[in-house]
Amino acid sequence: MSGNDFTRAPESPRTDPADGFPRGLWRAMDRYPPPGARGIAGRWRSPLRGPWLTSVYGAVLLAGLPLVIITGLLDYAAYSPQFGQAFPGDVGWLRLPPFDWPTRPSWLFRVTQGLHVTLGIILIPVVLAKLWSVIPKLFDWPPARSLAQVLERLSLLLLVGGILFQIGTGLLNIQYAYLFGFDFYTAHYFGAWVFTAAFVVHVALRLPRLVSALRSRPLRRELHTPTIRPEPPDPDGLVPARPDTATISRRGALTLVGGLSVLLAALTVGQTLDGVWRRTALLLPRGRQPGEGPNGFPVNRSAAAAGVQMTDGWRLTVRGKDREVTLGRAQLLAMRQHTVRLPIGCVEGWSTLQTWTGVRLRDLAALVGVSAPDSAHVRSLERAGLFNQATLQANQVLDGDSLLALRVNGADLSLDHGYPARVIVPALPGVHCTKWVADITFRSDA
Amino acid sequence: MRELSARFRTGYGSSPRHLLLVVGAFAVTAWIVLRLAGEPTAGRMLLWFVGAAVAHDFVLFPVYALADRTLRRTVDARRAAPRSRPSVLNHVRFPALASGLLFLVYLPGILRQGRDTYLAATGLHRQSYLTRWLLVSAALFLLSGAWYVLRRARPRQGSRQDSSG
Ligand code: HEM
Repeated sequence: MSGNDFTRAPESPRTDPADGFPRGLWRAMDRYPPPGARGIAGRWRSPLRGPWLTSVYGAVLLAGLPLVIITGLLDYAAYSPQFGQAFPGDVGWLRLPPFDWPTRPSWLFRVTQGLHVTLGIILIPVVLAKLWSVIPKLFDWPPARSLAQVLERLSLLLLVGGILFQIGTGLLNIQYAYLFGFDFYTAHYFGAWVFTAAFVVHVALRLPRLVSALRSRPLRRELHTPTIRPEPPDPDGLVPARPDTATISRRGALTLVGGLSVLLAALTVGQTLDGVWRRTALLLPRGRQPGEGPNGFPVNRSAAAAGVQMTDGWRLTVRGKDREVTLGRAQLLAMRQHTVRLPIGCVEGWSTLQTWTGVRLRDLAALVGVSAPDSAHVRSLERAGLFNQATLQANQVLDGDSLLALRVNGADLSLDHGYPARVIVPALPGVHCTKWVADITFRSDA
Repeated sequence: MRELSARFRTGYGSSPRHLLLVVGAFAVTAWIVLRLAGEPTAGRMLLWFVGAAVAHDFVLFPVYALADRTLRRTVDARRAAPRSRPSVLNHVRFPALASGLLFLVYLPGILRQGRDTYLAATGLHRQSYLTRWLLVSAALFLLSGAWYVLRRARPRQGSRQDSSG
């Protein structure tokens, strides 16, 4: 696989017995390396590098990344794409099979999206360590000895570009720095599929190697060894031919990477917790508690940004099939009130648990004669904005805890939290819990 | 049949399954590329995608590798202590790496990027997290230093015999 045989133990086996087609090309490349190519090969000297270490990082990613992928795809499903309200809109067959996003357990979205963002961040050190462990391969000369290797290297560009692209766009998104200048949803969604495709290929091709490398030295024993002898020469050429004196053991390296992950976790989970714990997310926007009192929990999209102001004459319009009523806040407060303790989870991964009081959505539906709604369309006073309206599924309208909330934690909603009235539905992404509700239309096919 | 598959192997360089898999990934990618080609920002997406890999391999990696090498040389040059002593190197390396990682991950807050979006989303003005980052970094160095002192004070069993003082 590698041309620098002079630096390798002569008995080290090659993956491929001979060069593939077109042989002349690979041989010529081998014979005439660009300046410096041979020099680089001898300069990878970390005694840590080897298939075992790479495989440990690989195994962690193999366990963690599928969770990040699935929770990401679930985020898309949570927008109810069947109503054409998920972004990007048209994704062809690149999506999970359609299903109605459930309302139970009520913490479902809080957990899936919290996991998506938090786990994604926690895995960053492992991704970087994995890349470090294989970086000599990038500079191999000749870069390929067969068509198979050319194609595989291209797929590795999709793999590496893909994971870094997802991490980069994700991190910038949760910190409100849209430096990239393209639509986040489109990029992150399709980027996810490019990455996933490359990831599946990579795992399919390398899993046997990963298993055999992990078997070659038991993890338990390795974790009790402070010594630093390099792994035996390997067919992939990860183990350096002339290892340097070691400055850290494999155990030490794993501790370091694990420690970095723990550090990132400790500085991130706070954004999904309430009270003083929130402040532990020291370096993230959602580590801030915006104020005191019943409305002192984080806001997503301020009233000022939405262009919504306090008005006295607000009336809610509720429409059914052939009935329409309008209600003021006093009339709504005179209806049967229901109080629920529900989490609200943002698509950006942060969440908070609050106590909401208001009118059940199904009571409003009944008011306009819709006893079995198929969906409800909610519109906000907000004029522009991606989320100034949302369609709710039947199960979301009918859940006994789905409210048009008027109060939170025993006080009136603040304007930033959606005064005069907002939707709150269990397990629904925060962006679809429409604030400053102007009208609700209940639809039924019957 | 067997001969055919052997010839495929030598010509292509791997099994038909390998070809099928990579072609599968390229098909998905090509479908996405075609779908996005019409977007006005398609070029930027491509740039960020390829740029992410290039920036890692040819900027981030060389920078941290070089920094580590410099650190190693500096520490090596001063190293007079016997091998049984805990290494100063790792007690500088760990917090330095952690501090660098935190900078990369939480960069928008540290450098106050995206102030308007931040204000619109949270209703709050963006504060700079530069001081916080420096304080966290300082704490990490301090912790690592304290740990070093502790380790030096209590030499490990087993390494005692080659400790020459
Ligand atoms: C392997 C890496 C990743 C994959 C495959 C992935 C995949 C996905 C997918 C498919 C979605 C749904 C997008 C949509 O609804 O249009 C999503 C959403 C999201 N991801 Fe990731 N992601 C990854 C890493 C990350 C990381 C590291 C972060 C943040 C630190 C992140 C932050 C987000 C956010 C904030 C959303 C919500 C978008 C929204 O609906 O507003 N992702 N991700």
